[in-house]
Amino acid sequence: MRNPAFTRRMVTSLTVAGCLIPLAFVAYRTLTGTLGANPISNLTNRTGLWSLRLLLATLAVTPLRRLSGWTWLMPARRILGLFAFFYGLLHLVVYLALNQAFSATLILGDLSRPFIIAGYLSFTLMVPLAATSTMGAMRALGPRWQLLHRLIYAVAILAVLHYLLLVKIDFQPPEAYGALLVLLLSYRIGASLRRRIAGPVSRHAQTRTTQTSGQSPQRSD
Amino acid sequence: MAILIKRPAAIKPSEITDRALYFDRRRFLRASLLSTVGLPALLARPRIASAALTVHELPPGPFSTHETMTPYQDTTTYNNFYEFGTSKGDPSRYAGAMSTNPWTVAVTGACRHPAIYHLEDFIRPYALQERIYRHRCVEAWSMVIPWIGVPLRDILRRCVPSGDARYVEFTTLYDPREMPGQRSDILQWPYLEGLRMDEAMHPLTLLAVGMYGRVLPNQNGAPLRLVVPWKYGFKSIKSIVKIRLVKNQPVTTWMRAVPQRYGFYSNVNPAVDRVPWSQRYERRIGDFFKRKTLMFNGYGPEVAHLYAGMNLAKYY
Ligand code: HEM
Repeated sequence: MRNPAFTRRMVTSLTVAGCLIPLAFVAYRTLTGTLGANPISNLTNRTGLWSLRLLLATLAVTPLRRLSGWTWLMPARRILGLFAFFYGLLHLVVYLALNQAFSATLILGDLSRPFIIAGYLSFTLMVPLAATSTMGAMRALGPRWQLLHRLIYAVAILAVLHYLLLVKIDFQPPEAYGALLVLLLSYRIGASLRRRIAGPVSRHAQTRTTQTSGQSPQRSD
Repeated sequence: MAILIKRPAAIKPSEITDRALYFDRRRFLRASLLSTVGLPALLARPRIASAALTVHELPPGPFSTHETMTPYQDTTTYNNFYEFGTSKGDPSRYAGAMSTNPWTVAVTGACRHPAIYHLEDFIRPYALQERIYRHRCVEAWSMVIPWIGVPLRDILRRCVPSGDARYVEFTTLYDPREMPGQRSDILQWPYLEGLRMDEAMHPLTLLAVGMYGRVLPNQNGAPLRLVVPWKYGFKSIKSIVKIRLVKNQPVTTWMRAVPQRYGFYSNVNPAVDRVPWSQRYERRIGDFFKRKTLMFNGYGPEVAHLYAGMNLAKYY
């Protein structure tokens, strides 16, 4: 790209705008009372689904960049991840405030349910990732940042599990998300195995990818 | 189907007011938000997929509840009718394509007078009644719906069940051309349900042809559906084409699909916990706060004796 700073800004703002569309849609439907007969359930499902979708989008950025060579995609990754967290938070707030009306009986009563446990675990593991998403945190943590952010795989697995566990009969949607996740995970596993087998040459390659996926600004062009 | 409906002797003014009430679309989010934000109600609503043939008022029959009825708009756009798709809006979007006229109903099996009827002939001998019932979905939401129909017992008596008739099995229409959901195999089609004979003969059990003073909209199971208000909604099978008296307990569609979750009885029971979510509470459509789910959906005084001595955790 001729002007890396411009490209970065464009990708960033377009990603932010895109991630805000579901929120705008939900807000519009809420304000106009067009969420249907069961608005609380509707809000719960939409926010949960968008959290999961953006999580998978976050995971798709690196494979997509490697396969296509579109390095300009990289700045989108952090934003997608942060919005996955944002919709997850919204989902949790809708659950606590609207579904359960902050009733301790209802909230505690739900804690024995496998799908609820998976949901809380998934969300909880997202918190440290969101908290260390800044450049400052990335620099401060050094190589441990990469290690910490591998938690995103656990977050995604738990989110798909959460979905699978709550379904009444139609397992197709959670299975489709699950299949996408398996695909993304196998790409990573494959890539890391290839690096390991290829030996010293690839150690160099690994350092390079680490830097790029670590979003160092000088590498993103 | 206009012949189905009899004009009542007199309509009390209070009932007319009631009627206006349940067509009033009140909803907590809209009510609260619109009144504060003052936005006009932008109603991009799906059309009601039925010939909206109005029928005359009937006085509320026995067993009717006085609870606030769920708005018609909600009961006709928030449906589980997987023959048309699994999302709540699918039935109101697609059920319009189902042709319900002519419609035949077969009454077969262990009875003295098996027959195939045109729907009109099937219903004509009986006086229609209005029954305002609570409706509790297994998904933990509920509604209050004014049904119009005939007690199933009256219909069963006419065919004179034999001694072998211990259960009643019901079958929904199978027509993948008109029911797009049947092209997917998430459930085994046609949809099948069943009741024990004493449940079928209970005066609460209704075969409905209408609701809210109108002919049933397609998405609500036109032209003929079962209503068993003390059981989870999926027992109240829609768009019935066959009623068969049988000796052995039928294997119903949901039992076949997920036997560890859904049993033959499927009585509303807050203490039996077999689905991923809690059955202890429910959200009445239109309410903000959940309410406690009542044993047998609040029809315990009428039906509990049917299950005397039975372990309802085992026979779920
Ligand atoms: C923070 C703790 C969480 C709680 C308490 C929670 C709770 C719930 C509840 C009550 C439902 C509705 C279930 C139903 O309708 O039967 C739901 C649905 C869902 N949740 Fe969560 N959840 C949590 C976290 C998450 C996270 C982190 C994700 C994704 C990353 C997620 C994704 C979903 C999805 C995809 C659905 C289903 C939407 C649909 O059926 O269309 N949830 N969750």
